Amino acid sequence: MTTTPPPSRRAGLRFGSRPAGSSAPSAADRSVEPRPAGLRKRWLVAGVFAVLVALVAGVSLGPVSLPAGSVAAELLNLIPGVHLDSGLSEREIAIVTELRLPRVVLGLLVGGLLALAGGCYQGVFRNPLADPYLLGVAAGAGLAVTAAIALGGAGRQGAISGLPMTIPLAAFVGSLLAVTMTYVLGAAGGRSSSPAMLILAGVAVSAFLSAGQTYLLQRHSDSIQPVYSWLLGRLATAGWHDVLLVLPYAALTAVVVLLHRRELDVLAVGDDEARSLGLHPQRTRYLLIAAASLGTAAAVSATGLIGFVGIIVPHTVRLLAGSSYRAILPLSLLFGGAFLALTDVVARTVAAPSEVPIGVVTALLGGPFFVIVLRTARRVLT
Amino acid sequence: MSREPAGPSAGLPSAGLPFGGGDGGVPAVEVRGLHVDLGGTPILTGVDLTVAVGEWVTVIGPNGAGKSTLLRAVGGLLPAPGAITLFGTASTALRRRDRARVVATVAQSPVVPPGMSVLDYVLLGRTPYIPTLGRESTADLDAVHEVLGRLDLTGFHRRELATLSGGERQRVFLARALAQGATLLLLDEPTSALDIGHQQEVLELVDQLRREHGLTVLATMHDLSLAGEYADRMVMLAAGKVVAAGTPSEVLTEHLLATHYRASVRVVPGTHGPLVVPVRPRAHL
Repeated sequence: MTTTPPPSRRAGLRFGSRPAGSSAPSAADRSVEPRPAGLRKRWLVAGVFAVLVALVAGVSLGPVSLPAGSVAAELLNLIPGVHLDSGLSEREIAIVTELRLPRVVLGLLVGGLLALAGGCYQGVFRNPLADPYLLGVAAGAGLAVTAAIALGGAGRQGAISGLPMTIPLAAFVGSLLAVTMTYVLGAAGGRSSSPAMLILAGVAVSAFLSAGQTYLLQRHSDSIQPVYSWLLGRLATAGWHDVLLVLPYAALTAVVVLLHRRELDVLAVGDDEARSLGLHPQRTRYLLIAAASLGTAAAVSATGLIGFVGIIVPHTVRLLAGSSYRAILPLSLLFGGAFLALTDVVARTVAAPSEVPIGVVTALLGGPFFVIVLRTARRVLT
Repeated sequence: MSREPAGPSAGLPSAGLPFGGGDGGVPAVEVRGLHVDLGGTPILTGVDLTVAVGEWVTVIGPNGAGKSTLLRAVGGLLPAPGAITLFGTASTALRRRDRARVVATVAQSPVVPPGMSVLDYVLLGRTPYIPTLGRESTADLDAVHEVLGRLDLTGFHRRELATLSGGERQRVFLARALAQGATLLLLDEPTSALDIGHQQEVLELVDQLRREHGLTVLATMHDLSLAGEYADRMVMLAAGKVVAAGTPSEVLTEHLLATHYRASVRVVPGTHGPLVVPVRPRAHL
């Protein structure tokens, strides 16, 4: 009874219309078993390569230009047990390890986090425009950090490098409140609420929270200067302290989000169907929103508001490596990091000796890119 | 993480031995006194329904009668404490994953994720067998390829689901449900998006699979003639209650359709079941 019977005649007639070129599957076809979508090795290698290029470029380029080969050798020296002669002077080695390397590493971390969070929000909300900024998450984190600096006096000494440990936590609370507000507002239309509703809600929440931030700054004008320079997005003052501050949150976010990459593919068919496939979509959604918001909060508290990374990177990855979150999420982490570290190189060399705020550079790139995404996403949004 | 042994044929249950026993005594679905309120509005009020193992039961009824709600409740998508038993086990006692191995649902208009290939879509059906946070095994892939072959979809595996025609898509939706390895198939309006030829094909395919694999089918349908041709038994719902149940010729009567659908029809005897033909009410002649 379980042997294959010939398909019924009707079925054979109508469904027999196979796609062109595959009417007779050859032996070679069958031996190359089709694989499910996922992270292909060549893309993983490309991602790691991009990170390494960004690392070496980010460390070599600057007011004192260092040869890339020497920089690579000096970076390898950081691996325990490796001793290479890089030919760099004591002072140059200090530039590499104490000034530039932490800045590049922070750029890699923050870029990776923002891109990962963007990709994660896009999957969780089934919305191609979801991004830490458009959802108001970053604004929530920004308001919370501003409040911590203005009311808590964290930045009174001028610079806010050497952020206290409480800043990322405040940012996390702020970002969670913001994403909850956006979610509730965006779902106000009930079952008929569209992806565009969510983004409009995010824009409204962002505006509301930014107004709160402006008000706080007006009332506490002594903190305007540090907050303002932080707001524009900066990697300039990054030292190892900032890296260590972000690292645990980055690791937690990356682990939680990457572990759920397959579930995000299942969520793409909708909550009802995900449920009938045995998942708990709402539970997964809350967990992933929290994880992505934690990552955003850590990124924002370390480097201020750097927009559009969460849109540019996941969408580019999607175009290149396929629409499965199994590929999008790990590659967004890698390419997001490389993208921001390289953008930082542009930001600090294009108008040297002064630096362009990195948030300005990403916005200049991201604005036009957003229009492209909007055009391709039109079908989903209407 | 422990995995259940899953052979190459794990995608398709073998005939005659569904979950919970194939002794013929335990029904596949037993619904007793089901009440469902949605947002304070009563949708189903005291519905009873029994589907025997291997049987095809089609639920009919006018718009808003609660057909889809009944199917959702049986599929575990709506809370129905104590009212539903699947293969002898209370539905509420089943973990969601375990229920997904017993019941597969094809929604009325399933979401077509942009960019997803047929292979990946059918592979989603293996979700209840893939460890949480884990990845699919070769046994899962074998099961998917077996189902694709069975449904004559082998040439389509790389195609994007969104580029397929309505009839092809409907077969892919069925393939995902079969890959789930469930013995109870819930079909909500499986033919609503198809032309008349494809409607027959999909239903023939379901019937063929039902016979080969001992599947039980619970469907909702709007086309009454087509519903009567394929169902062993029919249940008519109206305003949240069962108003008629029995063989197609017992349920598809001019009187019942006039009362509950407010429809003016002639019922003509057909080969497999009665044929329902709409006629203009006398008043307009």
